[in-house]
Amino acid sequence: MNFDDTPQEAAFRETARKWIEANAPKEFLAELSKSSLGRIRLANHDIVDVGKAWQKKKAEGNWACLHWPKEYGGRGATPIERVIWQQEEGVYGKLTQPFQIGEGMCGPTVMAFGSEDAKRRHLPRLAAGEEIWCQLFSEPSAGSDVAGLRTRAEKKGDNWVVNGQKIWTSGAHYSDYGLLIARTDPNVPKHKGLTMFFLDMRSPGVEVRPIKQANGMQEFNEVYFTDVVIPDSQRLGAIGEGWSVSLTTLMNERMSIGSRLATGVPEMFEFCSNLMLEDGLAIDDPAVRSKLASWAVKSSGLKYTSYRAISALSKGDRPGPENSIGKLVSGMMLQDIATYAMDLQGAAGVLTGSDEETVQGQFQQMLLSSPSMRIAGGTDEILRNIIAERVLGLPGDIRVDKDVPYNKIPTKGR
Amino acid sequence: MNFDFSDDQKQLRDQARKFLAEKCPPKAVRAVLDGKAPYDKELWKGLAEMGFLGVAIPEDFGGAGAGHLELCVIAEEMGRANAPVPFSSTVYLVAEALLIAGSDAQKKKWLPAIASGEAIGTLALFEGKGNPSPNNVKLAAANGVLNGVKKPVADGAIADFAVVAARTGSSGRDGDISLFIVDLKDGGVEVKGLTNLDPTRGQAEITFKDCKAEPLGAAGEGWSILTQVLDRAAVLCAFEQVGGSDRALEMGRDYALDRIAFGRQIGSFQAVKHMLADMYVSATLARSNSYYGAWALSTNAAELPEAAAAARISATQAFQHCAKNNIQVHGGMGFTWEFDCHMYYRRANAMALGLGSLSYWEDQLIDRMRKKNAA
Repeated sequence: MNFDDTPQEAAFRETARKWIEANAPKEFLAELSKSSLGRIRLANHDIVDVGKAWQKKKAEGNWACLHWPKEYGGRGATPIERVIWQQEEGVYGKLTQPFQIGEGMCGPTVMAFGSEDAKRRHLPRLAAGEEIWCQLFSEPSAGSDVAGLRTRAEKKGDNWVVNGQKIWTSGAHYSDYGLLIARTDPNVPKHKGLTMFFLDMRSPGVEVRPIKQANGMQEFNEVYFTDVVIPDSQRLGAIGEGWSVSLTTLMNERMSIGSRLATGVPEMFEFCSNLMLEDGLAIDDPAVRSKLASWAVKSSGLKYTSYRAISALSKGDRPGPENSIGKLVSGMMLQDIATYAMDLQGAAGVLTGSDEETVQGQFQQMLLSSPSMRIAGGTDEILRNIIAERVLGLPGDIRVDKDVPYNKIPTKGR
Repeated sequence: MNFDFSDDQKQLRDQARKFLAEKCPPKAVRAVLDGKAPYDKELWKGLAEMGFLGVAIPEDFGGAGAGHLELCVIAEEMGRANAPVPFSSTVYLVAEALLIAGSDAQKKKWLPAIASGEAIGTLALFEGKGNPSPNNVKLAAANGVLNGVKKPVADGAIADFAVVAARTGSSGRDGDISLFIVDLKDGGVEVKGLTNLDPTRGQAEITFKDCKAEPLGAAGEGWSILTQVLDRAAVLCAFEQVGGSDRALEMGRDYALDRIAFGRQIGSFQAVKHMLADMYVSATLARSNSYYGAWALSTNAAELPEAAAAARISATQAFQHCAKNNIQVHGGMGFTWEFDCHMYYRRANAMALGLGSLSYWEDQLIDRMRKKNAA
């Protein structure tokens, strides 16, 4: 048991470190290091522009999408090399945020199901940050039950005509392409009538509308489709096979380990170390210490769980399902920490400005944003179902709509 | 990175699991629970023959000379089997105290006897309520004899010898405490068994009356040695707790698959599935924290104090969580003496107190994290 690299891994790390040292946009280091908890803002620059420049540079140095094959813009690296790269890229990795859906989900799906022409045309551009991709799965009436989606694609000659609406699409407003799942046959049970496509987000009939979120920000979008034409050559997988194609997409996302989720623990530890209560420092208060310790061991537990997964990768094994716990644990923890930090602030905790008492409102922002952590990318409840069914082997839910033709499924409770 | 046990260590774990499945089925645990014996003597003998008691004791002192990682995988299996033997007292606490502070003669006398199963040891630290603290040690040592009362002393009624924490000064500092070894068969002690939460692991009160004692380690070094011993034991106990958590989770899972209500397996209801999923999350976090503790223990890393506290907290929480929800999944049957659920519930909650309570270790963790942040 050790934390050491193999000689090969150490050599790879050294090469990566040197390249990053020589090429990273150091002028943003301070700002990137400061902005924790997911929200990245640069004072005088657009994060997408800076991200594109970094992605381009990485692609030129052969460091973009490094687990992809070389002919599609990658490096042909092993999974453990990808993890080492992420560790070395450190805070600069935050600049890759606009490309993560493309790299993690859309790209691998195109790689598995796209034509050779589509792969050669899009993947290297995706890797180089010249194309940003988004994922068009969720709908207003199909969230956790994504197979219940309504967006229709109808065959007209060599083309498909799409009508409907998607929602929660991160980055749709700056994306060049989208991965779209749509219903091509409403007369069969819901999982069987779906087909996967990709489309140019600038196609006529595509309209992107930002959603104002509960935390006041706008990061997600609604995307409307009105008679949007997609050539059949942009279909991914067979007609009616969209569901199994989407599982490939989602499985690829789960494979991307090593990316650390924010837990709020370092911020909370620092806050409690400096906060003066009536009887002294908050961190000297037994009640505070007890909570802090419980959060700290959850956070370290997640860290070492990811180390176990990395070790499995290093040996060439597939990481186990224990990785599915990360978002479940950290989402709830962020919300609890925010609530408790504000409790310690007392009356001033209600303030959300740049007040000194509330350390610039960081926990207030955490409170307002944390609900999305427990919903996006699989709700807490869906994640618990996944653990219960795929890890513990408990029975799947009884699905009353499983064998019913899609157009016979009730759409309202009453 | 190789943050995992080696193939040999995993093989040892399998071997221990197989051995315990055979020699320590729930029926054997029940014999002790029901008071038919103070501990499972046959099992203790078997553990000695397998080399498990001395796995981390050097060969020079009659052990297998493997190491702490090997001891960790065995500890996990001891917890999984809920073994009714004085393993933690003898192996995690007393053998470790001897390894840290014993003289050559003391090691030669006691370590081979531990490895061979001839001598059961115990740590006599607590004096009534309260957590580990030099202020709570009142038992006095003077002129080579001890006077005072220790309770609860885990496995005190079956122990052959004890490591005793005693007061040798009154400055109010850690240096007031020294450790002693007492051969409990030499007289000067009165041992009384106490009823306790987990009858599969006895507790006793030991009264020392002008009892002859031999110093263990230098005078005034007692608290510093004890702190190291407790950190090591925290990691090893965490593995027992991880093993117990996993077993409780499996019992709950199996029952949820087996039990039919409302015309379906109860494990198909989300209320039950989610409860079990949450148990899995706790057990996984505990396992990962314990692995880090094992690494720190086996390399004697500077991170050990923090890693031990984190493993202790995480594993205590996980075992308590899994043991109580295992009963909940079982419903009414889980509350019967006949079902095994309560044995894990008892063990989980007794173990949560044995080396100092959860709040004590939470306190320790925060202190140690602060120290690290300040450095």
